[in-house]
Amino acid sequence: MSEETDLAQFRAEIRAWLEENCPEEMRDGGRTEDSICWGGRNWVFKSDAQKTWLERCVAKGLTVPTWPVEYGGAGYTREQEKIFLSELNAIDGRVPLRSFGIWMLGPALLQFGTHEQKLEFLPPIARGEIRWCQGYSEPGAGSDLASVQTKCEDKGDHYLVNGQKIWTSYADQADAIFALVRTDKDAPKHLGITFLLIDMETPGVSTRPIRLISGKSPFCETFFDDVVVPKEGRVVGTVNRGWDVAKYLLTHERTMISSGGGGVTGGGRSLGAVLAEEGDALDDPVLRTSAMKTDLDALAIGLTIERYKDMAKAGQGTGNASAMLKYMGTELNKNRLELMMSVGGSDALEWDGPTGSRPADWLRTKANSIEGGTSEVMLGIISRRVLGLPG
Amino acid sequence: MATLIKTEEEQMLADSARGFLDEKSPISHLRKLRDEGKTHDPELWKEMAEMGWAGILVPEDQGGVDMGMSAACILAEEMGKTLVVSPFLSSSVIAATALKQVADSRALDALSNIATGELTYALAMDEKRKFAPDAVETEARREGNGFRISGTKTFVVDGGFADRLLVLAKTEGGMTLFDIPADRAGIEKTERSMIDSRDAAKITFTDVEATGDDVLGQVDDAMSVLKPALEAGQAALAAEMIGLSAGAFGMTTEYLKERKQFGQLIGTFQALQHRAAHLWCEMEVTASAIAHAGRQLDEDPENATMAVSLAKARAAETAKLAVIEGVQMHGGIGMTDAFDMGFFMKRARASIEWLGDYGYHAAQVAAARGF
Repeated sequence: MSEETDLAQFRAEIRAWLEENCPEEMRDGGRTEDSICWGGRNWVFKSDAQKTWLERCVAKGLTVPTWPVEYGGAGYTREQEKIFLSELNAIDGRVPLRSFGIWMLGPALLQFGTHEQKLEFLPPIARGEIRWCQGYSEPGAGSDLASVQTKCEDKGDHYLVNGQKIWTSYADQADAIFALVRTDKDAPKHLGITFLLIDMETPGVSTRPIRLISGKSPFCETFFDDVVVPKEGRVVGTVNRGWDVAKYLLTHERTMISSGGGGVTGGGRSLGAVLAEEGDALDDPVLRTSAMKTDLDALAIGLTIERYKDMAKAGQGTGNASAMLKYMGTELNKNRLELMMSVGGSDALEWDGPTGSRPADWLRTKANSIEGGTSEVMLGIISRRVLGLPG
Repeated sequence: MATLIKTEEEQMLADSARGFLDEKSPISHLRKLRDEGKTHDPELWKEMAEMGWAGILVPEDQGGVDMGMSAACILAEEMGKTLVVSPFLSSSVIAATALKQVADSRALDALSNIATGELTYALAMDEKRKFAPDAVETEARREGNGFRISGTKTFVVDGGFADRLLVLAKTEGGMTLFDIPADRAGIEKTERSMIDSRDAAKITFTDVEATGDDVLGQVDDAMSVLKPALEAGQAALAAEMIGLSAGAFGMTTEYLKERKQFGQLIGTFQALQHRAAHLWCEMEVTASAIAHAGRQLDEDPENATMAVSLAKARAAETAKLAVIEGVQMHGGIGMTDAFDMGFFMKRARASIEWLGDYGYHAAQVAAARGF
């Protein structure tokens, strides 16, 4: 009872805080790519309100609510985080900061990092000062991620890195990269990989954006040419056991992609309500029926994300099951954007036309079921590790 | 809201239910009843009542265990796994929920008798092929201080053996729910030979007498009693359906691990692996909707319509997929009566129709979501 009372009081407090501190301009749900605040040394705020909102949240630890206070978080419990997010959602407030540091490196460091690494790397992520990117895939290592070839040699007082990464999201705007590198070429492929942190400003690191079908370039190729990396504090976990970190992190990535940007559940928004805004779209019985099914499935998948968070908190294993969320969430998101394109008709065929970024958003979703492990890889993981099917 | 995972108490309930049902009511029990032409097993129901299941929703003062809808859903799910035949949904969920809305001395007595397993109920509502609470033609016309009920109800699940009937009928200013004994003069029951080997009767009412005392709740206001009862039944039925999906799926994955064709286990074929994995994903998602419906009914029952319809709609689609894949992946043997998969397929079909199919519930969700 006292816990419930405490939570009710917590809700009242956070509601009042949001009311007072969230600028009007930041109360638009932040559903477009352009509204995201990524942070980092190269970041240019889109508005004063965006900057103010970030600063206020940083001061209260709300960019990373569940991280410990000493690492820049608010030290919230899962219940408190739920309440915070539901109150933020209630005023349609923007998430103040999004980043791969928050979603991926942070959780990996919290799990595998030393205290010194946490103190060095987590607060700048929480404050939006350092923007990280992820160096996993290589031209020859896509779905078969563990076959990474980027070479990392131990040169006594430093590491020397040579090789190439691909599909590094926003590498051209990032300050640092967490990468999988091969430290033992003779060991079985999963056992010779190390999880390494590299400053993007180090000589020998270069990036080249890849132009996608959406016309945008969220992904880059990243090259390492005799890159010198200090040994002190730059390996997360143990040398040659980076795959453990990578696997842990992949589950976070999959959960993130499955719920990314409110994609799956439309940020809690009904697809029916969205389509109703577009004239007579719902009068088409075929479209209406498909939209009903997609919205219904989105609700159920949203509840599944909640249930899996509850399981994780209760210490019930969810590692392999994150493949399920990733598969279901991304396939749903593709459906959702197909519907949105259909509703948009010929208007949605124009770049930045009457439907805004919709054509680019639609094309972007096609990568959802590829990045972070394809849908087919997810089904393979479930089949072997959850269902125990042979081979 | 409470979490969407089982509490320790709920896990214990599920485990004890599983242990009991594996011993007393494996699928072979359904087969035995079917072969003997029976649709009800009073002995089994008595034992289930002794375990406290018949009174799962009944207040403690009336001898129940009053564990709530999440617990009722957990029991229904376990029963679904081995296709248990029992009056649990009709009596202990639907009727018990309706009686709890009224809670006068007569209703409390009935709840006591439900908890002991001595009293069974059936809901006489449907008249046409499809579930449609608003489309009732059966009429209860005023006569003196009472009523005369006339009309025909179809798909009255457990109606062949139930002691009492909850009858929905039109009255002057709306609809009224009557609670009457099933053997009252003018009631004629015709048992239908159903594909799932369970009891579903057609019941004709010819000038059946009913007094004011037979009205459950208020005259002309059936829905304030019936709506919560239907929603409880729908949620529990959805839970039973995820149970039957899991039962069919368990048989199917075991088969994939032992059946060889072309010199190898068929479970090594990627075409089958991916289909099995997809089905598992659908089951996980549906399970979340069902867990949520149970919590919502326990915590905020007046605002549970969307949660319940989401669960029943998802359960319909998932159960259908589970049994279709179950038969297909078993191949020819899945088509034989000697093998159990057919029982799952037929129960799934009946469960999809009962208390509203996918279309009905999807429309309910859509209405709540601003379509």
